[in-house]
This record gives sequence, structure tokens and C-alpha cells, in this order.
Amino acid sequence: MGSEFVQLSLTPILIGVLASIACALPGNFLILRRQALIGDAISHVVLPGIVVAFLITGTVASVPMMLGAAGAAIIAVILIEAIKRLGRIEPGAAMGVVFTSMFAGGVLLLEQSDTSNVHLDVEHALMGNLESLIWFAAEDWSSLVDPAALAALPAELPRIAVVCALVAVLTYLFWRPLKISTFDEGFARSMGIPTTFISIGLVIAAAVAAVAAFDAVGSIIVIAMFICPPAAARLMTNQLEVQLVWSVVFAVLSAVLGYVFAGYGPLWFGGENAVSAAGMIATVSGIILGLACLFGPQRKRIGEAAGL
Amino acid sequence: MWTTFLDALLLQAGYNAALVAIGAALLGIAAGTSGTFLFLRKRALVSDAIAHATLPGIGLAFILMVALGGDGRDLGGLMLGSAVTAAAGLLLVEWTARETRLSEDAAIGAVLSVFFGFGIVLLTFIQTMSSGRQAGLDGLLLGSTAGMLFQDGIIIAIGGVLSVVAVYVLRRPMTLVAFDDEFAEASGVNVRHVDLAIMGLVLGVTVIGLKIVGLILIVAMLIIPAVAARFWTERTEHVVLGAGLIGGASGYIGAALSASAPALPTGPIIVLVCALLFGLSLLFAPIRGVLASVLRHRRFQVRVHRRQGLLALVHGEAIHDRMTLAVLRRDGLIRADGVATDDGRAQAAKALLDERRWEIVRQLHFADGIKASLDGLTPIEEVLTRDELAEIDKRLGPPVVVGE
Repeated sequence: MGSEFVQLSLTPILIGVLASIACALPGNFLILRRQALIGDAISHVVLPGIVVAFLITGTVASVPMMLGAAGAAIIAVILIEAIKRLGRIEPGAAMGVVFTSMFAGGVLLLEQSDTSNVHLDVEHALMGNLESLIWFAAEDWSSLVDPAALAALPAELPRIAVVCALVAVLTYLFWRPLKISTFDEGFARSMGIPTTFISIGLVIAAAVAAVAAFDAVGSIIVIAMFICPPAAARLMTNQLEVQLVWSVVFAVLSAVLGYVFAGYGPLWFGGENAVSAAGMIATVSGIILGLACLFGPQRKRIGEAAGL
Repeated sequence: MWTTFLDALLLQAGYNAALVAIGAALLGIAAGTSGTFLFLRKRALVSDAIAHATLPGIGLAFILMVALGGDGRDLGGLMLGSAVTAAAGLLLVEWTARETRLSEDAAIGAVLSVFFGFGIVLLTFIQTMSSGRQAGLDGLLLGSTAGMLFQDGIIIAIGGVLSVVAVYVLRRPMTLVAFDDEFAEASGVNVRHVDLAIMGLVLGVTVIGLKIVGLILIVAMLIIPAVAARFWTERTEHVVLGAGLIGGASGYIGAALSASAPALPTGPIIVLVCALLFGLSLLFAPIRGVLASVLRHRRFQVRVHRRQGLLALVHGEAIHDRMTLAVLRRDGLIRADGVATDDGRAQAAKALLDERRWEIVRQLHFADGIKASLDGLTPIEEVLTRDELAEIDKRLGPPVVVGE
């Protein structure tokens, strides 16, 4: 298990875990603010941003792609707001118009441009390439302290680690205003908390997490992790602090179990090939949410009986 | 390219292209109309969950059909399978939103990501399963009409016709529920059943659209036409009609465009045509469109400046505001050097009179229904009757000389 595990599975699992946590943390607040589908919208509009960045730079380098994705996310937010205000359209429909149109534009650009020699296609954007993020330089566990091997880690790992840490630090720093403005915006404003700034900041943090995670693990995991672990956590407790801890636990559990099931599950049933890790991680997070819906101690709305 | 586009528009670009164009147009009409009811019920994004939840059904149907020794790519079977899991996804969304404390949008997001993820797992499993028969199921993600079988075209066309007919038959109860569900309930319509019918229609359209538009983009065909049509009218039935028109036109034109050049995938093109029509509606629709709002605002501005300018003339105050000066000059109320013309003096006196009249009207009708038109800019004769004006003028007292 040792050397093979370190080389093939350690980095994908770590990347999966970090990406899941980075998405689940802001997801807690998005769910409470009824903005859960922002993750869905962002992960769709990221595609045209990435394609445009590729067309401009001609490479699949990460930095321009992240910039392109972020740019597309910002354009999408502006468009959604504009349609909402100008047409007095409800937010869900405005979102639906913008993200589907931009996604269609991205697909068309992709088909029109010559991307046959680079690894850029719609399936990749959806599913990510978690399995391919292998640590070639690793020999066994001792490589963890070997600087030469560490230098050859897949670039996605440090990047998602930084973003995950950033999201965690921001959540910690803005904990009080975030919490207050999420539960009672009017009260928060009366206390002098800049609620607009907080809510825009939250969306930006979510977008950054989504783009970084998208780069490594594809959009399915991003959408699933924004919603499933926090939603399951919400059914476990009435305390935001505890909910956050649960959501991180569920996110880690989904990532690890999902990866293991995808990689080794088919072997247990006599199959030969692994299935999509991204899809399996989303599936596991869904099973966890399903269990929470059936058995979570706080699954009912307040005022309804919690029992059967 | 243009000649092939025209050929495709006139259904002359070959049997298959014609079939796709007709199918896409029917699909667009069905999607636009049924999507409108979803939009008016403020549940547009439920369609996103339904659409993504079709993927595991496609995978399961393929596996089942191959296991039974059939052809896994049979469109009818795939559509049936996708309908089953899509319905399961829809029921899960409703159950979660009803039985747990999670809101509907969280339920939508959870269902769409989990079902889609599981579908991807099944797709990767299928890729390893049948080495000889490459599935080609990816085409259902974004739609692919290249090499569509004749029988597939027939299935799509029949499905399109059936859903249009269903919308037509159910239009009254659905309109009633979409417009005011409490009133509908009170007039004996079973709102829950109608909601189910709307969802069933959306589900049908999603399944029919798999082959042409693909499951990721079918949401666009359900939402965008309705939102676009909303800009043109305030009447529910007109929104439904307009959405059907916009959806049908995008399907037809998009399919023709896609047939006229390589590397123009049908699904995205149809959606982009639809988005273009939406953009035009947003900008140019009368009353609710952006251009109309800008013009309205501009007219309002001119009226304010004109009135303020006239009042300044009456009181003999100097006017510095450039826009006010421009407006007064344009209307021939002042000369180039800023001195009032005869016409200007006359109108200024009238403005002052109206201003005084408005003051009295405001005192009299402080809390009245006509308050909205008491902005002081509407010509007073349009708001009040001649008798009322005479009544007010009595209170004004005798005329005085102004503007000398």
C-alpha cells in the first residue's frame, strides 16, 4: 500500500479534501442566506472565462485561466443584477438566463477553436481530472520530507491549499459580522455592520473557492460541496459554530470515501477499472445528506415536532 | 454558408436537417410555453434539478438495455430511463423542501449535483463496460443532432406535438394558478394537481430535448423565452404566447444555423439565438425595455427642467443650468441671450398659475387617489375637470401681473 498509495492516491485525496472544505465553508452561509445556487451558477460561467483566457494566451496555464474564470464570474454577477433590476425579474430566473447563456457561449467557443492539442473540453470541465493529479516524484511516505520530491508536487495542491486556508482565515476574521448579518440583516445594519460589503464579499470568496476548486476537481464537486455538506450539517444542529464543524467533517468524509469508492469500489465487485472520482465524491455527499434528511436531530423546521 | 443557412431555413438542406429544424421548433414552442408557467410560479430553477437528474436514468437505461441484449443507444429507451430518474429527482426536491428545514434552492442544488455526479459515475462505468460499442452518451449532455436517426427525429417531433397540445389543453387552469394560486384554489382548481401537471410538462420537454439541446442547456430553453416574453407584455396569456414564439423561433433558426456550418453544435447555437432574442427584448421592448425606460426618464427630465426654467423666468431669476437653458431655447421660450420671448412669458405665467393651482389641489386632495399624479408636472388640465379647475381658481383670487 505504502509507496503506491503515496504516489497515486495521496495528492488526489488531499486536493479533493481541501477543495471540498474550501467550498463547504462559504456554503454554510450561502445556504442560510438562500443563495445556495450561486455555486451552480458560478461553476457554469467559469467555462467561457477559461476558454477566452485560453484563446488569448494560447496556453492552458493556470493563472490566466483563473483570471478569466474570475472575470467571467464578475460579468455574470453584474448581468444577473442588471436583469433583476431592469426587468424586475425574480433572482432565480435572472440567474438561469445568465448562466445558461454564458455556458452555451463557452461551449460554442470551445467547439470553434482548435483545442485538439490541449487538454480542454467540456467533459474535463465538468468532471475534473482528480485521478490524474499524481505525484510522480514520490517514492513512499519518506518523500513527504524530501524537498526534491515535494517540489514536484502537482501545482494544484499548493494552490487549493492556499485558497482553502484563505477561505478559512476569512471566515474566522469576519465571523461575527457574517453570522449576525446572515441571521438578521436589519439588526446587523443597525449595529453598523456593512451588510452589503459582507454579502458581496461572501459571493466573491465563494467564487474564488469555486474557481480554484474547479481548476482541480471540476464543477460537479464544486456544486455538490457548496450545498450537500452544509445542508447535511444544518440538519444536525441549531448552532452555527457546530454546523460549520459538521460541514467540514462531512466534506472530508465525502472526499475521502468518494475517492476510495471510485478507485477501489469496482475492484471489490470484480470490475477492473475505476469510475469517476468526482462523480463518486458528489454521490457520497448526497448519501450523507440523504441520511441527515432521514435521521438528523434537527431536520425539522422549528415549531414542528422533531420525532416521527 | 449563407446559402446553406437559407436552404436549412427553407428545409432544403436535406432530410435530416429538415427533421431537426422542425423538431427543434416544436421543442422550442413546448419549452417556451411550459417554462412560462414555471417562471410565473417563481420556480424556474427547479427545471435545472430535473434536467440534471436525467443523467443517471440515461446511464441505467443504457446498462439495462445492453444487459438485456439490446442496443444501448435506443433513444426511446434512454428517454424512458431519463424520465424515471428525473421524476425521482423532482420528487426528492419537493420532499426535501417540505419535510426538512432546508429551503427549496438548497434541495435543487443538492439533487442536481448528486444525481449528475452519480450519472457521471455510471457514464465512466459504461465506458469501461462495452469496449466494442462506444456509448456516445456524451452527446446527450450538450445535444448532438449529427447523424440523428430518422426514428429519433420522429420521436422528438411526436413528443413536441404532444407537449404543445398538452399546454393548449391545460392552458386555463395553469394560467389561473400561475397568476394567482390563492384565487385559483378558491375557485375550485386543485393547485397541487396543476403544479404537478406543470412539472410533468417540464419533465417531458426536458426528456424530448435531450437529443437536440442536451440536458445541461435545456434549462435555458425553459427559462429564457419566458423571461424574454415578460418584457413585452403584462398579460399572462400573452407571455405564454410570446414565450412559445421566442422558443420556437430560436429552435428553428438555431437548428438551421447549426446545419449550415461545421463545428456549430445545435444545443449551444439554439440557446445563443434564444439569448440574443432575450437581449433584444431587454433593450428594445416597449414600456419595460431599457431603451424605453431611458427615453421615459429623459422625457421626465426635460419636463422638470422646462417647468423649473419657466418658474425661474416668472420670478426673474437667472438660469444657470445648461440643460434648462437648452430645453427653453429649443422650445423657443427664451432667445439666445437668455431673455424670455413672448411665448416664454406667456407660458411662464401659465406655469406659475398651475403651480399655485397645484398647491391648492395638494391641500384639498392630500390623501386622495390622484396623489400619484400630483407630481406637478402633468398638465393640470389632464388631471382635473374644468369645473374643478374653476373651483380652484376661485380660491386663487384675482390675477396679478407677473414677469415684468
